[in-house]
Amino acid sequence: MLIENKPGALARVVGLFHQRGYNIESLNVGPVFDGTYSRMTVTTRGSENEVEQITKQINKIIDVIKVADFTEGEHHEYEFILIKFNKLKLTIKIQKILKPLGGKVLEKNTKVIVMSASGSSSDVEAAIKAIGKANLLEVVRSGSLGLHEGEKVLTI
Amino acid sequence: MKLSGGDLLMRALKDEGVKLIFGYPGGAALHIYDAIFRQKALQHILVRHEQGATHAADGYSRATGKPGVALVTSGPGATNAITGLATAYMDSIPLIVISGQVQSHLIGTDSFQETDMIGISRPIVKHSFMVQDAEDIPRIIQEAFYIATSGRPGPVVIDIPKDKTDPSKLYQYKRMKQVTLRSYKPKVVPHPGQIKKASKNLLSAERPVIYAGGGVILGDAHKELIALNKILKAPVTNTLMGLGAYPAADKYFMGMLGMHGTYQANMAMHNADVILAIGARFDDRITNTPSLFAPKAHIIHIDVDPASISKIINADIPIVGQVKESLAALIKEIKRSKLKIDSDALDSWNAQIASWRKTHGLNHDLYLQKTKSKMIIPQVVVQELYHATKGNAYVTSDVGQHQMFVAQYYHFNKPRRWINSGGLGTMGFGLPAAMGVKLAYPKQEVVCVTGEGSIQMCIQELSTCLQYNLPIKIININNEALGMVRQWQDMNYGGRYSASTYADSLPDFVKLAESYGHVGMKVTKQSELRQTLDKAFAMTDRLVFIDIYVDPDEHVYPMLVAPNGSLQDMWITKNKKA
Ligand SMILES: Cc1ncc(C[n+]2csc(CCOP(=O)(O)OP(=O)(O)O)c2C)c(N)n1
Ligand SMILES: [Mg+2]
Repeated sequence: MLIENKPGALARVVGLFHQRGYNIESLNVGPVFDGTYSRMTVTTRGSENEVEQITKQINKIIDVIKVADFTEGEHHEYEFILIKFNKLKLTIKIQKILKPLGGKVLEKNTKVIVMSASGSSSDVEAAIKAIGKANLLEVVRSGSLGLHEGEKVLTI
Repeated sequence: MKLSGGDLLMRALKDEGVKLIFGYPGGAALHIYDAIFRQKALQHILVRHEQGATHAADGYSRATGKPGVALVTSGPGATNAITGLATAYMDSIPLIVISGQVQSHLIGTDSFQETDMIGISRPIVKHSFMVQDAEDIPRIIQEAFYIATSGRPGPVVIDIPKDKTDPSKLYQYKRMKQVTLRSYKPKVVPHPGQIKKASKNLLSAERPVIYAGGGVILGDAHKELIALNKILKAPVTNTLMGLGAYPAADKYFMGMLGMHGTYQANMAMHNADVILAIGARFDDRITNTPSLFAPKAHIIHIDVDPASISKIINADIPIVGQVKESLAALIKEIKRSKLKIDSDALDSWNAQIASWRKTHGLNHDLYLQKTKSKMIIPQVVVQELYHATKGNAYVTSDVGQHQMFVAQYYHFNKPRRWINSGGLGTMGFGLPAAMGVKLAYPKQEVVCVTGEGSIQMCIQELSTCLQYNLPIKIININNEALGMVRQWQDMNYGGRYSASTYADSLPDFVKLAESYGHVGMKVTKQSELRQTLDKAFAMTDRLVFIDIYVDPDEHVYPMLVAPNGSLQDMWITKNKKA
């Protein structure tokens, strides 16, 4: 969705999910273009009716400029992650797991390695699982980012 | 000429056509109060509790259709306004609440009387503004009024830090020609294809019902509704919020539907083949169990708020649009159509409704017979009130049995005459709301029908009524109990009256009214009721508090059977289901 970049606008959207009993699985937000508005991607789960109701309720928020439900059509869904680990002997194995996700080493020294990667949420999820929780010091996920396929755009 | 933030506020309110502000002062609002003192266009009404200010402004709005304005200070002033905001929010009332806030540099420091008003009011407002720059005050006021009154109306909060109204800082006053917000476009034109479908559906219906809610009143569409039914000749029911939207005296009117709706209205909904829902939202007091709701009906739903459509009950023909325009378009389409109503089918359908009405309809005669008993029957009080006011009063109410008795027995023929908290069900609403109505229409009869429980929640406003000389009539239907709670305890908890009675500790309401400088009257006998009411209403320049003792065992019927009941499952008396 596109929301006015005004104080409290984000809280209105997040608050609505709680208020109406919906769950937020992931959330990403940041100003785009002229910075007067932000683009926000929220991942939630519900039946078709529930998602329609959520969309309508979000649309009612005065600061919300536009909303689209990406699951209504073909779309790109992407997530960015950062990881940190200190089991240096696993470096090759981890690099291999992250290779299809464009894994990149951002920092490497005698103590830790920091890497970035990106892909669909399910691929990212699977990669983290394959590496194993016990082998990671930290994981940061951006939350899903969404964009329509083809010429369709969400813009003001 | 340059103006301070406080003066900008006064000027902007005046330019919105505001005449009255209901409020209560305090530190963070003092610059604003000084600005009020220095001008003449707006009258400030000093209430005795901020809840009273919000309900009074709300009542003013419900009666006039114009936004009401309340002004409160920060911290406790703001929190006291919350119940009033939620009340207005649930019934989609355009209420503007202006709250003082601590100085900008103190925000976030837990300073004296600091409360995050924007935060605590967020889920119960249509929108809110925090003033960042004093010179934005006129723009914010314009936007606030536009948002509050357009689309589906609702309350708006404007939080103003004290430094933004500093009398020593001056700004230019600017007014926009019109408000445009890129993120808010409330004007929607009903889809012509949907209107066509609806017209066809309605004209071929054999058992149609028109179910009209508060949206018809808020959207000033009662004339269109009446015009539509001149053609359709369908039975009509109104929700609690919609009473008055369709004249109660009309032969097609079935009364209210839902929890305490009439037998015929609920039966008609359950058996309808087409339901035309207009400005109504299928809430749980209407549908009973949603999966059992109106199983045979095709549903046409007109509403300005798309989120109200198919929220609870799926609409077969959704029509998003202003109620007034949508009905006008529908009437036009029906007149143009070659199809005509099925008169034979409608005759037998209306006959069916008449027979339901006869078997279990609200039985006035029954109550009149009962009046031979010593105790006054509460329904009779409402009937006598109707008689005394010739059905022309503005009637506000609180929450409980007395509210339902008014909804059932005071027959509203005009919109905006019945003023009650339907969505939130706020006890304490009635008296301050009546003040707002009386200030809007000083020459009209304004009655507050309340219970001895509810009236005590905002009783302090009797003092406001004296200060501003508001000769309201208060009908206290005194059953010496939280009657509606007691009724549920009778029905569902084996008559265990947990925390619902207090007969031995009630105040002497006559003395109480007198100590506030008003007239008090007490009625305990049926034989004295009519003459007392006549006497009270003859005192046109005095507030009269009429304390009427009624039979505490009386219940509100019909009552829907819940849980797991449909609209045709009703208690008709204490031990009889229909
Ligand atoms: C502020 C508030 N608190 C509690 C309730 C729950 N409640 C609904 S009706 C009712 C009893 C009202 O008593 P009274 O005003 O005497 O009316 P009666 O039902 O006796 O006519 C109560 C406590 C409410 N609606 N509002
Ligand atoms: Mg009572």
